[in-house]
Amino acid sequence: MTLAVGCRARPGKSRDNKTGSWRVFRPVFDKEKCTKCGLCITLCPEGCISETEDEFVIPDYTYCKGCGICAKECPGKGIGMLQEEK
Amino acid sequence: MMHITEGSHAVAEAVRLCRPQVISAYPITPQTHIVEALAEIVADCQLDAEYITVENELSALSACVGASAAGSRTYSATTSQGLALMFEVCFNAAGMRLPIVMSIANRALGAPLSIWNDQQDSISLRDSGWLQFYAEDNQEATDLHFLAYRVAEDHSVLLPALVCFDGFILSHTYEPVDMITQEDADRFLPKFSPYERLDAADPISFGMYATPDYYLEFRYEMDRVLKQSKEIIHNAGKEFGCMFGRDYSAMIEGYRLEDADTAIVAMGSICGTTKDSIDEMRDEGKKVGLLKIRVYRPFPTEEVAKALSHVQRVAVLDKNISLGAKGAVALEVRDALYSSGIPVKDFIIGLGGRDVRKKDIKAVVALVEKGEGDIFYGLRREVL
Amino acid sequence: MVDKTLELFDCGHRACGGCGAALAARMVTKAAGTNTIVVSSTGCMEVFSTPYPETAWKVPWIHSLFENAAAVASGIEASLKKQGRNEKVVIMAGDGATFDIGMICISGAFERGHDFTYICYDNEAYMNTGIQRSGATPYDASTTTSPAGKCSFGNKRPKKDMPQILAAHGSPYVATTSIAYPADLMQKVEKAINTRGPCYVQIHAPCCTGWGFEGEQTIAIAKLAIETGLWVNYEMVEGKVVKAKKVVRKPVEEYLKTQKRFRHLFKPTRQDAEIAAIQAIADRNAEKYGIDIKLRKE
Ligand SMILES: Cc1ncc(C[n+]2csc(CCOP(=O)(O)OP(=O)(O)O)c2C)c(N)n1
Ligand code: SF4
Ligand code: SF4
Ligand code: SF4
Ligand SMILES: [Mg+2]
Repeated sequence: MTLAVGCRARPGKSRDNKTGSWRVFRPVFDKEKCTKCGLCITLCPEGCISETEDEFVIPDYTYCKGCGICAKECPGKGIGMLQEEK
Repeated sequence: MMHITEGSHAVAEAVRLCRPQVISAYPITPQTHIVEALAEIVADCQLDAEYITVENELSALSACVGASAAGSRTYSATTSQGLALMFEVCFNAAGMRLPIVMSIANRALGAPLSIWNDQQDSISLRDSGWLQFYAEDNQEATDLHFLAYRVAEDHSVLLPALVCFDGFILSHTYEPVDMITQEDADRFLPKFSPYERLDAADPISFGMYATPDYYLEFRYEMDRVLKQSKEIIHNAGKEFGCMFGRDYSAMIEGYRLEDADTAIVAMGSICGTTKDSIDEMRDEGKKVGLLKIRVYRPFPTEEVAKALSHVQRVAVLDKNISLGAKGAVALEVRDALYSSGIPVKDFIIGLGGRDVRKKDIKAVVALVEKGEGDIFYGLRREVL
Repeated sequence: MVDKTLELFDCGHRACGGCGAALAARMVTKAAGTNTIVVSSTGCMEVFSTPYPETAWKVPWIHSLFENAAAVASGIEASLKKQGRNEKVVIMAGDGATFDIGMICISGAFERGHDFTYICYDNEAYMNTGIQRSGATPYDASTTTSPAGKCSFGNKRPKKDMPQILAAHGSPYVATTSIAYPADLMQKVEKAINTRGPCYVQIHAPCCTGWGFEGEQTIAIAKLAIETGLWVNYEMVEGKVVKAKKVVRKPVEEYLKTQKRFRHLFKPTRQDAEIAAIQAIADRNAEKYGIDIKLRKE
């Protein structure tokens, strides 16, 4: 590869680092309990939760670190944290 | 056009002609006349620039880093303590590959505090990745600013540059200087075209950190482009010569060197005194010549070796000292002449503004002819 | 109007799971929008977002040194002005970079009146170098350079009042906020960006690693800081406090107990005098900013 002048880069490359591998607990979203309030989307430090076409929310497990903020803050207690099986 | 002006004012005028868009500097003796003159120039709308009156030198150069990254031609000036305060930013600016140009009115570094001239300040930055030009007189100090911008901003270089000229000895001295016109300056130095810039339309991250997987390569790259800049300097210096009659294509300059047995190597204003004393020594039948180093970084190792290949001995005048070792110029010259076997003697001279006269140069020559040297020249007797 | 649905701080960054500072970066870039140039100081945020070549920033971004972000931003602002460009300049610096080593650069830049927004993400210590105290570390917090010990209760001094210092520089808009209140945070950042002149926003950004709690608690702890009065969300316009978030205050203990950095106040023995001293800090905050909601007695 050619080295960028002065150690610079354009956006996109951080996605090469798949932080999902860090996860110990996996957030599992319960469609029934979700009121679509969007709080989990706002509070995820990875910005990896998004709305699906049928207006449900899901995290991108490629990047979700399993921090548990979404589960802790979900007003409907609609997110459970399950131990990852490795 | 010829003007009789103070060195600092000539430099300020040259900077004006280079059209920097952002100027950021902090006053310090003997650089003050430059920044004052530029402030006046901007206040009188003779230059369309933002002049940032920072609170210290670290910020002065940091502001240049930001402005250069954002896409502006930038300028700063300092010396001595100010340059020392900038130390961290200097390495940073070079590593970030930002073509900032900065004038140094060379001055000694404390302690003990001294406002007078030597070249310890800029020499101490030799490992930082900045190009370093040294001027013999005010004409050269003026011209080298155009050259410095041209080379620094070349997309195959992209490194910052120091233009060094001796504090007081040059900065506060009135000399005739031929100033090129704005039109000529614009022809030689086109509008700044940044290689990349901070821009919302094309977001780039500047100043990322490098893991051990990459750091070595980034340093290699800096060393490579700095060495390759010799060619850019040569071509730009030649072009300057064609346009204005003063040729800066060579990084070094010989004076009565062709048939010399003894060569003196020096940088900066001391070269003037040395030339005068060489003329006198020549009249006495001594075959002495001068090798003046105009570009210290990149160091013209091969050029020095070639220029000195025929001499029997070399005396280096170092207005600096790498304490615990030798003068920084002597170390480089010795490296250049390593395989030739030509003896290189070092003379630490003129530190902290100690006057260097013709008779001192002659005394240095007498010493080196006896095989002596590697000394602090002219020490007061009581310390010996 | 800025499109707040855009994610401008990308996935793949290396912050600890549950990092408050990473969340701050996300929210700030959302509020600022694409027409923004971000200047970072050396510290956690810079390190977790930009190991070459994996940048997480989708807006133009620059890092130079630990102490000089305000000066770098000054240069950028001057350059943009000269070029007739209209990008907003936003600094994102840690508390160490802001309260301590960057003070001279910040003071100079605020005094000169550059048009930028300086944001301090305050995680109350030097986290990047291993949790050493800063001028923003709260009273009695144990850090690696202010450790609790046989004859120490941790950090000996309360937080420096940085917002007040910058208000005294004539900053037109100074605000404090917290990652636990995203709407408040984004609205204040936007307001700062749209106010001409040097504005300051200080964001409380809990650090699970440095403070000693599980990452899932980050928001809860940030909320407790507000609810106990140990952190106050307020706004200063032209040097005057115009708005402060009111709360029904809880005892400071409820906040302190959640974090290992205050554990020595409870174990092996409870340090009543120290807890009372911290309660007094919260009481003074409440008094100063008028945050207490008085509950009507039945
Ligand atoms: C001049 C200088 N001194 C010290 C350091 C080491 N250093 C790097 S980051 C840092 C602490 C950063 O603290 P803060 O600004 O609070 O950011 P945080 O890491 O907590 O997010 C220190 C001490 C440095 N990089 N440069
Ligand atoms: S926080 Fe809970 S309720 Fe709200 S959108 Fe997320 S999963 Fe649904
Ligand atoms: S566990 Fe953490 S990282 Fe994963 S989706 Fe929830 S908030 Fe985001
Ligand atoms: S140490 Fe603290 S601030 Fe740094 S990345 Fe981890 S949680 Fe964030
Ligand atoms: Mg910190």
